[in-house]
Amino acid sequence: MSILTALARAEAVESGRAQPLTTVRHTHIAERPLVLVPLSLAGEAAAPLAAIVGTEPDQPRLLVVANPRDRTQRFDFVAELARVVLSYVDGCARSVDTGAGGTKLRYAEAPQVIVPNRGGIEFVRLLGRSTRFRRPFGPYPVHRTVPILGQWLTFLRERADHPGSSMLLAMTEVLGNHWATGQSGLEDANLAALLGWIDPPGGLDGAAAAALAEDPLRSPPAGPSTDPTFDNEILAPALAAVARSDSDDFARERALAALTAAVADQMRPTWDLTWQAVRLLRGRPAGASVEARWAMDRDVFTMYHMALAEGTALPQPRRDSAVAAAGRLDRLEREQARYDAQRALDDPLVMAEFRLSGEAFTGTVVAASPNRVDTSGKKAALRPHITVQTEDPVRLEPGALLVSPARLAQQAMVVSVSSVDVVLELSKGMGRSTKQPAPGSVPEVGERVTYGPVTDAYQPPGRFPSRDDTPWTHGGPPPAVEYGPSDNDAAEDWS
Amino acid sequence: MTNVIDGILRDFGSAAGRGVVVDSPPGAGKSTLVVRAARTLAEAGERLMVVAQTNEQVDDLIDRLATAAPTLAIGRLSASTYVPAQRVIKHGTVTVSGAVGDMAASAVTIGTAAKWATVTDGSWERAIVDEAYQMRSDMLLRVAGRFSRALFVGDPGQLDPFSVVAVERWAGLSWDPMQSAVAVLLRHNPDLPVHRLPVSWRLPPSAAEVVSSAFYPFTPFEAGTKPADRRLEFSARALGGGARHDAALDETLETARRTGWALHELPARHTVRTDREAVAAIADLVTRLLQLGPVAYSEHAPDGRPVTVDRVAVGAAHRDQVAAIRQALAGTVAADVTVDTANRLQGREYDVTVILHPLSGRRDASAFHLEAGRLCVLASRHRHACVVVARAGIAELLDTHPSAEPVHLNVPVRFPDGWEANQAMLAHLSSS
Repeated sequence: MSILTALARAEAVESGRAQPLTTVRHTHIAERPLVLVPLSLAGEAAAPLAAIVGTEPDQPRLLVVANPRDRTQRFDFVAELARVVLSYVDGCARSVDTGAGGTKLRYAEAPQVIVPNRGGIEFVRLLGRSTRFRRPFGPYPVHRTVPILGQWLTFLRERADHPGSSMLLAMTEVLGNHWATGQSGLEDANLAALLGWIDPPGGLDGAAAAALAEDPLRSPPAGPSTDPTFDNEILAPALAAVARSDSDDFARERALAALTAAVADQMRPTWDLTWQAVRLLRGRPAGASVEARWAMDRDVFTMYHMALAEGTALPQPRRDSAVAAAGRLDRLEREQARYDAQRALDDPLVMAEFRLSGEAFTGTVVAASPNRVDTSGKKAALRPHITVQTEDPVRLEPGALLVSPARLAQQAMVVSVSSVDVVLELSKGMGRSTKQPAPGSVPEVGERVTYGPVTDAYQPPGRFPSRDDTPWTHGGPPPAVEYGPSDNDAAEDWS
Repeated sequence: MTNVIDGILRDFGSAAGRGVVVDSPPGAGKSTLVVRAARTLAEAGERLMVVAQTNEQVDDLIDRLATAAPTLAIGRLSASTYVPAQRVIKHGTVTVSGAVGDMAASAVTIGTAAKWATVTDGSWERAIVDEAYQMRSDMLLRVAGRFSRALFVGDPGQLDPFSVVAVERWAGLSWDPMQSAVAVLLRHNPDLPVHRLPVSWRLPPSAAEVVSSAFYPFTPFEAGTKPADRRLEFSARALGGGARHDAALDETLETARRTGWALHELPARHTVRTDREAVAAIADLVTRLLQLGPVAYSEHAPDGRPVTVDRVAVGAAHRDQVAAIRQALAGTVAADVTVDTANRLQGREYDVTVILHPLSGRRDASAFHLEAGRLCVLASRHRHACVVVARAGIAELLDTHPSAEPVHLNVPVRFPDGWEANQAMLAHLSSS
C-alpha cells in the first residue's frame, strides 16, 4: 500500500466515508453495459445454478437451472444465457464508428459485461472453458449457440487480463481502484460492504453500513458462491422438491416457482447494488485517455467479431504454447506500463504518488532560456533550459528523463537538482525551427508545471520466434495439429 | 576448484548434449569460470556468443576477458543509446557496435539478452549465458534460436525474475514465461548435466555457513578461506565519542568486526517504507564505520588494506528507501558509498555491507518481502562483515504471517522457502 492510499484509508476511518483515490474515473462505463450476476452450485467445479442478467436496471432477466447436476438442463440454461449475451454482443456490432478515419473499420460500441466481483470473472472463465469446445452434434449435442457463447466468454475473460481494458469488469475492483475505505482489502471484496463505505444509506456512516452488509440475510453473498446457510435451509429443500415432482406437472410448476423465487431473493440485492455502483461511477468525469483505451477495446472487439463471422477466428486452445505465452506476457507488460502512465498523466492525485516518492514534482518556472541551442553534436539542436522551483522532496538523478502531462510530446532531461529547484533540458515537441521554439511549447516563467517519470509513448512489441521455431530450450516446436474441439471434449467429467 | 572447472569445460566442449548448467553460490568464482570458458573456446578457434543480463554485467565481463586475453578480438553488441564505458574502450581489441554484421572478426561477441533478442540472423555453435537465473524464460525463448549449445551459469539463490503484471494463466505450464530461464530449460531437458561450484571465495567462514544453511539447504557450500585468514580492525578511535547514541553504534560495529555479523535493532514500531529513524541509523552506522578507519586483513592483503568508501555498500529492498538513504548520506564522508536495491546489488562484492532488513517496520510479510532471494542477495555481498538494521519484532511478524501463497498443480516446489530462510537468518543474527 502506498503512503497516499494509507492516508486515504486512515481518513476514511476517521470520517466514516470512503475517500476518493482519484480525481477522475479511469474506467470506461458503457451506455448500455450488460450486468451479469451468476450463482453456482456449491461443491461443483462449474455448475451454474442461476444468473440474473440484463442491460436495464429495471428489467432483470432471471435464469435458473432446476437441477444443476443434470448436464442437459445445465446446457439448456447456457443456451438461454447465450440468447441474451449473443444478442447483446451482436447489438454492439450494429453501427460503425464514422469518426475513426483511415480505412480501418471500427464498431461504435463494444460489449461491456459487469460482474459483481472477482469470483464472477472466474465464473465467466470456467463457463467459457466448459462450453467453447462443445458441439451441436456428436455425443451430448448442445444448442448451436452454446459453443459461440463459450468463445465470447473466453474472449471477454482474456480481455479482462489486459490492463486498462473495460470489456469485462469486476465491480468491486473498479470501485476499489477509485475509492479507499476504512476496512481491509479482504472486506473490500464484498460489494455490499464496499458500497456501504462509498455510498452509505441515509443516516449511517461507512462502518455501520458495512457492518449491516455482513448480515447474509440482508445482503446475500454477491456470488458465484452462495451462503452455506441458504444452501442448507432453503436451496437443498427447494432442489429436492423439484426432483420429487418429476411426474406431477402441477407440483413441478409450484416447486420451480419456489426455487426461482428463492434464488431471485439471493441475487436481486446484488443486482441493485451493481447498478447503484454503475450510477456512482457515471457520476464522475472520465479521465482524458479513457476514450482512447475504450477505442482499443472496440478495435479488438471489431476484429474478433468479424473473424468469428468469417470463420477465421483464431482457436482458443486450452493452453498457450510457449511462444504464445511469451508474446501475450510481452503485450500485457507493455499495456500495464502504458495504463499506469496514462492514469498518472490524467490524474494529479495519481501523479501525487510519484511526487511523494520523489520521482515527480510540481513547481513554478523561475527561469527559462527558450532559445538555448546545443552545438556540441553534429547538428545544432534547440535545447531550451528551464529552472523549476519546487517544494516537493525531489529524488531524481541528473540524466533522468521526464514528461509533463501538459506537454506529452516533449521530453525533459534533468540537468541538475538542488534542494530548492530543478534544471531541465527540453527536447522535441517545439516545432521545426532549430532556433525558435513554437509559441507555447516551452513553459514560461511563472507557469506552474508538473514533471513525472512516465510516458504513454508507444512501445514496440518484442520479437519472438514463430511457433514452428520454438527452440529446444522450450521443448521444441509443438505438435503440428491445429487445435479443434473433438468428441472427447463433450465427455469431460465436469462439463 | 580447478577440477570442477575442468569437468564443466569437458562437458561443454564435448559433442554430446546441448547444454550444461552451473549453479554457483555467492562469490564462488562464476566470473572466473565464464572468462576461462570463453578464453578456452575462443583460443580453440571457435566463434562464441555470450549473453549477460545488464549492460553493467556485459562491461564487467568484457573488462575481465580483455584483461585475461589481451589479443582476443571481442565484439560488444549494444543498443544505440549505450555509451561505451571507460573500462570497455580502454581495451583496443573491443569493437562496439549495434549491428551483429560488424562483429564478423570477433572471436567472442558479448551483449545483453535484450539486445541479442533483436538479432535475427547469424548463428553460433556455442553460447555462454551468464546470470541465467536472473533471466526470464521468455527472454531465453527469444535468444535461444541463435545458438545450438550453451553453458548456463548463475546463482540459484538469488532473486527470481519478476513481472509487473500478475497473471496466473500459465502457472503449472513447463514453459511458464514468468519462470527463470534455467527452470524452463531443465524442465524440458531434465538430462542436462548440472554442476555446482562448491566453494565461496567471497564469503568469510562466519557468513558461508549461515548463508549456506539458510538459503542453500540442499546444495551446501563452504568458505574457501579459514577464519584466521580474514580479520577486520579499526585503526582509529572515533572522534567526539561519548554520547550514548554513539555508544550503541560502536557496539554494533564492534560486534560486526568481531563476529562478521551484527544486528542493529531499533525499537519495535510500524513505519512507512522510508522509516526515518532506520535511515538515520544506517547513515550514522556507515559514517561511523568510515571514521573508525577500518582495515581489512585477508588472503589478498595479509598486511591489511584500508576499507575505503568504494569497499562499503548499503542495501535495501525498495528504490525509495535507497533514495532516502542516499540523501541522508549526501554531504557526509560516506557520500560516495554505493547504495542500491537488492536487484542491483546482485553480483557485486564489498568488504563491509550495511543492510536494511526487508521486513523492518512492516505490518505484513508479503511475498515480495519474504522472498528468500532478496535477503540472500543482501546478506551475501560482503567479504568481512554485514550489519543488519531492523526494527524489533520481525520474528513475531513472521510468526503471524506464515506464507499463504496459492499452491498450483504441476509447479515444482522451490527451495529455500522464504519464510523459513528468514527465520533461520534472524535466529542467527539474534544469537550473535
